[in-house]
Amino acid sequence: MKARVFVTLKNGVLDPQGKAIGHALNGLGFGSVGEVRQGKVIDLELNETDAGKAKAELKAMCDKLLANTVIEKYEIELKG
Amino acid sequence: MTAITPEMVKDHGLSESEYQKILDLMGRTPTLVELGVFSVMWSEHCSYKSTRAHLKKLPTKAPWVLQGPGENAGVIDIGDGDAAIFKMESHNHPSFIEPYQGAATGVGGIMRDVFTMGARPIAMMNALRFGEPSHPKTRHLVSGVVSGIGGYGNCMGVPTVGGEVNFHKSYNGNILVNAMCVGLAKADNIFYSAAKGAGNPVVYIGSKTGRDGIHGATMASAEFDDASEEKRPTVQVGDPFTEKLLLEACLELMATDAIIAIQDMGAAGLTSSSAEMGDKGGSGIELDLDKVPQREANMTAYEMMLSESQERMLAVLKPGREAEAEAIFKKWELDFAVIGVTTDTRRLVVKHKAEVVADMPITALSDEAPVYERPYQPREPKGGDVSFDKSKSVLASLKAILAAPDMASRRWIWEQYDNSVMNDTVQHPGGDAAVVRVHGSSKALAITTDVTPRYAKADPYQGGAQAVAESYRNITAVGGTPLAVTDNLNYGNPQKPEIMWEIVAGIDGIGAACRALDYPVIGGNCSLYNETNGEGILPTPAIGGVGLLKDVTKMATVAFKRQGDVVIVIGETKGHLGQSIYLREIEGREDGPAPRVDPALEKKHGDFVRGLIEQSRVDTCHDVSDGGLLVAVAEMAIGGGIGASIGVAGLPEPIPFWFGEDQARYVIAAPFEEADRIIEEARAAYISVAALGKTGGDRLVLEDSNSVSIAALKAAHEGWFPNFMSGEEIPMTN
Amino acid sequence: MKSAVIVFPAANCDRDAKVALEQMTGQAPAMVWHQDSELPDVDLVVLPGGFSYGDYLRCGAMASQSRVMQAVKAHADKGGMVLGICNGFQVLTESGLLPGALMRNAGLKFVCKPVTLSVEETQNAFARHYEKGQEITVPVAHGEGNYYADEETLNRLEGEGRVVFRYKGNPNGSARDIAGILNDKRNVLGMMPHPERVVDPVTGGTDGRALFHSLIETLS
Repeated sequence: MKARVFVTLKNGVLDPQGKAIGHALNGLGFGSVGEVRQGKVIDLELNETDAGKAKAELKAMCDKLLANTVIEKYEIELKG
Repeated sequence: MTAITPEMVKDHGLSESEYQKILDLMGRTPTLVELGVFSVMWSEHCSYKSTRAHLKKLPTKAPWVLQGPGENAGVIDIGDGDAAIFKMESHNHPSFIEPYQGAATGVGGIMRDVFTMGARPIAMMNALRFGEPSHPKTRHLVSGVVSGIGGYGNCMGVPTVGGEVNFHKSYNGNILVNAMCVGLAKADNIFYSAAKGAGNPVVYIGSKTGRDGIHGATMASAEFDDASEEKRPTVQVGDPFTEKLLLEACLELMATDAIIAIQDMGAAGLTSSSAEMGDKGGSGIELDLDKVPQREANMTAYEMMLSESQERMLAVLKPGREAEAEAIFKKWELDFAVIGVTTDTRRLVVKHKAEVVADMPITALSDEAPVYERPYQPREPKGGDVSFDKSKSVLASLKAILAAPDMASRRWIWEQYDNSVMNDTVQHPGGDAAVVRVHGSSKALAITTDVTPRYAKADPYQGGAQAVAESYRNITAVGGTPLAVTDNLNYGNPQKPEIMWEIVAGIDGIGAACRALDYPVIGGNCSLYNETNGEGILPTPAIGGVGLLKDVTKMATVAFKRQGDVVIVIGETKGHLGQSIYLREIEGREDGPAPRVDPALEKKHGDFVRGLIEQSRVDTCHDVSDGGLLVAVAEMAIGGGIGASIGVAGLPEPIPFWFGEDQARYVIAAPFEEADRIIEEARAAYISVAALGKTGGDRLVLEDSNSVSIAALKAAHEGWFPNFMSGEEIPMTN
Repeated sequence: MKSAVIVFPAANCDRDAKVALEQMTGQAPAMVWHQDSELPDVDLVVLPGGFSYGDYLRCGAMASQSRVMQAVKAHADKGGMVLGICNGFQVLTESGLLPGALMRNAGLKFVCKPVTLSVEETQNAFARHYEKGQEITVPVAHGEGNYYADEETLNRLEGEGRVVFRYKGNPNGSARDIAGILNDKRNVLGMMPHPERVVDPVTGGTDGRALFHSLIETLS
């Protein structure tokens, strides 16, 4: 089973990188761009067929290592 | 087996006559793998085919030179059983394509060249050349290159202690990224690349092999037609974390006596490392590619032989020591595999899937590689108009020059480099030369990179000589004795006779200066075919110099240190305005002849100044180069936050005097009585010397009349770079 | 005073920490490999600066999960001293030994320069040889030293006198100019600036010496 984890900064935590990207996009003429927040995507392959178990395991991985829950939140997406 | 077509030969960058030579040497049609191996081994980069005949003329020997050109890096003896190992290398093209990764992998590559010889890298320098500041790509390239250099060097924990940066339109389509690494080893524990003896295991260590850096053009053959773009990335990606582990693991292995030979897998990876090791050892090498650690599935023999995946080494071990070596690499979580054996056949034999895919005489790749005596067309050194508007204000011009792109402070750059890790950096970036202590001792190395490309364009010979002279002065100005240099010769297309002449004359100029200054060339790198829209770059023969301070407490820095010191210029000021920063920045012209270098005078003045520093009589010194005398004094004032009142009675032409770029000059500052003695001694030695005035206050006062505050000069000097870079820029993700 | 320096892969200031400890205490620290599960009997554990695991994923994240960190936590729980410098501070926040997190510098660039710090608290094992309010010059060298914690945590840190060093001229956007903090038991200090780089006058100053003197006095 494949999984994709999205890690982003929590709302309210300043994201200077996202701010700079937004600023740059405005500068390039993309005037419609409002707030920008950036984050990371982690693709994983799991030897697990049970979606429930996989999700629980992924949640543990996020809490323990993949995200720093002091400043980051995460979303898990299972694929097939 | 793939048939070799004329198109494939051409796509591999081989000429018809070169291919004919291959057929003669092989006695048959080469396989595709063999063609690929020839193409990289006979490339300009690996074979030096355009420059080899001329490079031979460089002086490479001195009693303190332990290893000259021809190894991964040069080695000098610095006393007490210590050796300094260093080299400079270019990563120009990759850095233009992808500045972050190009610069990062350039740093990684040169570090491997140094630690593969048994040295721990202790300092990094870099010489960078970008297009005009107004060119739309320049800011992006500066930003990417600087973060790439920092990203890799900082993670390695090796301080980046200095370098140089120029902007010029000739680099608009072809930037230069030259990185230099200096390492320390024990003189009796240096590792070489000669794979001597037969029957010894050939081992692969480091990262796995992927399809990195295999150039698109060399891939254009039927066999790869179905390969998707994703299968052939041409940008190598650096992994400094793995390199740090590789460094520690290699040094740990080197503390044993298991290694016969070791070499970094740099350009042309497995091919050049195995061919060069076999060649130097007078042996043969047999490789089994099935054993090569691979990152991607279904890699072909061609891909594995030509891959430029980073952070890999090839070593030949003493038989029976494999397990011991493997344990070290496993501890550091690195790949380790025995992938071959040395033989006595003097052939490079490559097997893949139980089939021999290449079997070629090693000498065909080295000794038999083509050497060209390319025709060259001398041109008269540039002369011409050095007229200037005499009514311009000296101090206003000074302020403008201090804020010019080529002259402004590089603080914006160097604060992104960890320049103090390892805790031995004595002089940080911003001085004449970086000074890095030899760990656990009271001696130190002085390190600098230099070249003035506009001089080299006007007069390639003088430009080559001047790069060496400035390097010599910069090391002297901190109190070091210059010992040896590495060169990084960046030029345009050598097949154009006028460019070939720039190369030949440049090498001659370097050779003459190095010979006269007893400052041998112990290694280097050539980067040719650097062009923007068919126009060559300014000739840029960068010189990386290393010198020794026997006692680091006897050292000089640029900054004024006391009020009331006498400011003295050593060396004659004739007022040479040709090719000066003044003419370019204030009059808007790149005109006139380059300044002439007199190596005998450089040596005489250098020895005098160095003597004063070594005797602890002078602690404030700056070489006079770009911008001339007044710029040197202003930089000393800015550095110390102390002003000065200077002038020369009865000066007929102030502008050439203050801004001329005559060579062989230093500015020093010393307390009154000491200054008197220095001036007397200089005169007695027939050295041109003049007192310019005194330090003090917070302004630079010229001829007792006009003045400018040091704060204003500093603001101009420090302001340009951050202002330039604060334009819109999407931040690097690394 | 007996000390140990943890060796994480690519935490490249381990030698600098060792040299400084040796110079200041006259005794070489034990160098402890990240995969070891036990610490030798020491008074002080130093988590050095650098780029453990290449700063991949997040600075300090992977090092905080390494085997030796269980032993470091146990050492801290028993009241043993722990000093985390730069990457070591990041490891301490990632492992929960200190509150908050260290984010990317507000300027988005790595920054290496000497900075002025004001010593805010001296009633602890790490800073007692400084004067309260003293200004010292110590270099920073980091890309992610921007201290973040929620308002409540920040208020608690301030209220409990746990902010030991504050920047004068904030180089990275840290909340309330915080450069170094203590845990609630005051035996764990994390700081972004590098005190081990300022113990030798030849290489940039001696303002870091008092920190080591403080520890020596406390622990002997």
